[in-house]
Amino acid sequence: MSNGSGNSSSNNVPDLQAIVDRVVAKASKGEQIEAYVSRGGETAVRVYEGEVEHFVSAQSEGIGIRVIKDGRTGFAYAGTLDADAIAEVLADARDNVAFGTPDEYAGLAELDGVAQIPQKFWDDELAAYATADKISLTKELEKLTLGMDSRVRVEESNYDDGWGEVAVATTTGIRESGRGNSCYVSVSTLADDGDETQTGFSFSVGDSPKEFNLPKAAREAADRATRLLGAVKPPSKRTTVVLDPYVTSQFLGVLSSTLNGENVSKGRSFFADKLGEKVADPRITLVDDPTNPLAYTATDIDGEGLAARRNVLIENGVLKMFVQSSYSARRTGTKSTGNATRGGFAGTPGVGCLAMQLQPGTQSQEELIKGVDDGVWIQMVQGLHSGVNPISGDFSTGASGMMIRNGAVAEPVREFTIASTLQRMLLDIVAIGGDIDWLPSRAVGLTLVIRDVTMSGQ
Amino acid sequence: MSISTQENLVEADVIAKVLAKGRATGAEFSEIYIEDKRSTSAGLDDGKVEQVTSGRDRGAGIRVVAGETTGFAHTSDLSERGLLVAAEAAAAAARQGDGGVHKIALQPLLRHPVNTVRIAPNEVPKASKVALLNRANAAARSIDGAIVQVSAAYGDSYKRILVANSDGVFSADDQVRTLFRVSVVATGDAGMQTGYDSLGHTIGFEVFDENDVEEMAIRAAKQAIVKLQARPAPSGSLPVVIKQGSGGVLFHEACGHGLEADLVGKGASVYRGKMGELVASPLVTLIDDGTMSGEWGAIGIDDEGHPSQRNVLIENGILTDYMWDFLRARKENRRQSGNGRRQSYADLPMVRMTNTFVTNGTEDPDDIVRATEHGVYVAKLGGGSVDTASGDFVFGMVEAYLIENGEITEPLRESNLIGNGPQVLKDIDLLGNDFAMGNPGMCGKDGQGVPVGDGQPTLRVKAMTIGGTAA
Repeated sequence: MSNGSGNSSSNNVPDLQAIVDRVVAKASKGEQIEAYVSRGGETAVRVYEGEVEHFVSAQSEGIGIRVIKDGRTGFAYAGTLDADAIAEVLADARDNVAFGTPDEYAGLAELDGVAQIPQKFWDDELAAYATADKISLTKELEKLTLGMDSRVRVEESNYDDGWGEVAVATTTGIRESGRGNSCYVSVSTLADDGDETQTGFSFSVGDSPKEFNLPKAAREAADRATRLLGAVKPPSKRTTVVLDPYVTSQFLGVLSSTLNGENVSKGRSFFADKLGEKVADPRITLVDDPTNPLAYTATDIDGEGLAARRNVLIENGVLKMFVQSSYSARRTGTKSTGNATRGGFAGTPGVGCLAMQLQPGTQSQEELIKGVDDGVWIQMVQGLHSGVNPISGDFSTGASGMMIRNGAVAEPVREFTIASTLQRMLLDIVAIGGDIDWLPSRAVGLTLVIRDVTMSGQ
Repeated sequence: MSISTQENLVEADVIAKVLAKGRATGAEFSEIYIEDKRSTSAGLDDGKVEQVTSGRDRGAGIRVVAGETTGFAHTSDLSERGLLVAAEAAAAAARQGDGGVHKIALQPLLRHPVNTVRIAPNEVPKASKVALLNRANAAARSIDGAIVQVSAAYGDSYKRILVANSDGVFSADDQVRTLFRVSVVATGDAGMQTGYDSLGHTIGFEVFDENDVEEMAIRAAKQAIVKLQARPAPSGSLPVVIKQGSGGVLFHEACGHGLEADLVGKGASVYRGKMGELVASPLVTLIDDGTMSGEWGAIGIDDEGHPSQRNVLIENGILTDYMWDFLRARKENRRQSGNGRRQSYADLPMVRMTNTFVTNGTEDPDDIVRATEHGVYVAKLGGGSVDTASGDFVFGMVEAYLIENGEITEPLRESNLIGNGPQVLKDIDLLGNDFAMGNPGMCGKDGQGVPVGDGQPTLRVKAMTIGGTAA
């Protein structure tokens, strides 16, 4: 499950488990079936100029059924748990089997004896939190943000929470169900100076609203926008970049697909023939660890229902392993690493990192900036989806931030790009911050310093 | 044809009751959006058809507006009871209090098909859909031994929507979409490169009578092969020539989003307060047109029940209008423009683009290249994004070449381009006469994706920053 929620055997959902069990019991001889159901709800409050702009309260549910026979796979889903619809979904999935190409590696996950590590995914306090309090919290965040600086306006202040329950069952004996809930607040800002407007944002997450740090979120959102006022387009040159924790998290997210065992086996990763080789600066140790309860995307099971586990992907700069689902593992003659991903009931499992963490250094961001003679502190990147190709490794994104001169933060800059290749950037990392920030993302944030990056501006 | 069934998703008398319930706490507006969508997709990778997927999404979203507050609830239960429960939740979300009894008088149901569909995808055998994938795979691999991987995807959807509101709007639309895409990986001495092509239209399976998936696969393969020889893109500011039909995303980002009235209304657009002013080169006329028959962003009605329109946003460089949804138009006491869209019944509508394009200029496209001493020729753009408040935007170039002495020369590796919307619009100094629509796009805003189209003739931007690594 996404959004920080997950499954726990101490937290079963019997009625959903019964639904998937019933579907799986319908399997005929020679047929493998996996049924996955989810049910969830959300509340979204948006405040603008002291008023509730919208209040969304909604529930949804659905089922996805995968059928495999003679190496062929068929799949169908429906956004309802109505009994007739479930029967139709099973019939559609069975019908779809005939059109797949036989694949000797097709199949469902098999239990592998790896134990789940229990974690807490459900918070009773959040579940009982009153609507009126959600609204006043959102108004409070807007007010605090506006109070930070007279040049700041708030485009929107948001409170969002969600709860979810899932159950999965397979003919190979997997039976798992669980529930989780989560919440966060976010704020988007605008800062004006004459004709110029710059934007900022921030958020705060917690198991329950009492863990939010609203003043910190307000401060960050105001600073991000005001800091950029008066920003100029910098000259083009090679330089050192200091990535803010939020940017590092996005950078790690891009790397995820290169460490994906399915991409490796299908020739879509430049790491394919690099196992055991140095691929990064020796300071780099990268793990994927959804069993760490601090990670926003912590979970106890993966998308196929196998136990989530800690995997060391890069150790002291050396590539150690790729992440695998049961399918990619069969293709490559390895074992599942508990890294099947799932986007909900409407999709079949994929492969991916679940909770990426870089082993932190010891220095603060301030200390790291002091160590840079000439560089740029990157506060925001734009266009990661359009300018980064994880297959070729080409990396180019729009950016904004602050120049660094002789270890001091100088003028704001915007409308420029930073470019290199993913392969080079990993080797060009020169410092890692100790400022771990558990962002609402699949990858942790911390400050990262990378040398020899091309900045393109004027 | 089974696709044009006239049966209503929910009976009119039930809809009237639900809308009345939505106003029961005193709200001045209630709306119901009902969707029933069936989809089929099939994917091929690594030489194998991985699976065929059948999907069904059905439900209703109920919106209630009281003053400045919108309450919203949705449900997958389309029974009268299910809808009334959702209406009550939406009404409570919008306002606490009492408002009395309301009677809703619905206009006769209006259907607005955007175009005809000759071959309904749901009547085409799955085997025919899968066959397209295998043909594309074989064609791409036949081009060159350097092609090491091919993936292809087919998708169709048939979405019936019905929208009614307490102002009496009562509209329906059947929306068909058919999509095909192919991506390839080629490998050479300098590593791997990728190629991509796609098509998407609001028509049925007849789209493949006019578009050959083998040709698409070959285009994608050739793109990857050419890029194997690519050198790093330049770093810095250069003239950029963008090929017809490949760069509409530039306008989508440089000004499209900034002309959405919800962003303008909150002062989050660099184009606020610029109505009637020169905001672009006089060469530029920009139109958003939801009525463009067969185009990916075409809709019979928007997701608030209003017929789609052709809206002129910039005329000869002068800003003539923004795009509007119901809420923003109500606030400004003007007509909406058919731009209220949502991803599904589970989402609130907001201002969105449909098909956004720049109309023809007069230049011969070859002359535009010849007139450029040193620059970059972009044959295919990728995605992009924009900060509407500052106007800074980026977009990726997926296939690009150097222009040297007025000629297209060496291929370039991928990179982003960055610019500021108002500046780039003013810097368009040459506009071709070869207008074409581009590839189907999926536009994301506030977490919701909707299909959009874009297009433009070949054009030149006097200077843009190219985010490569070469000095």
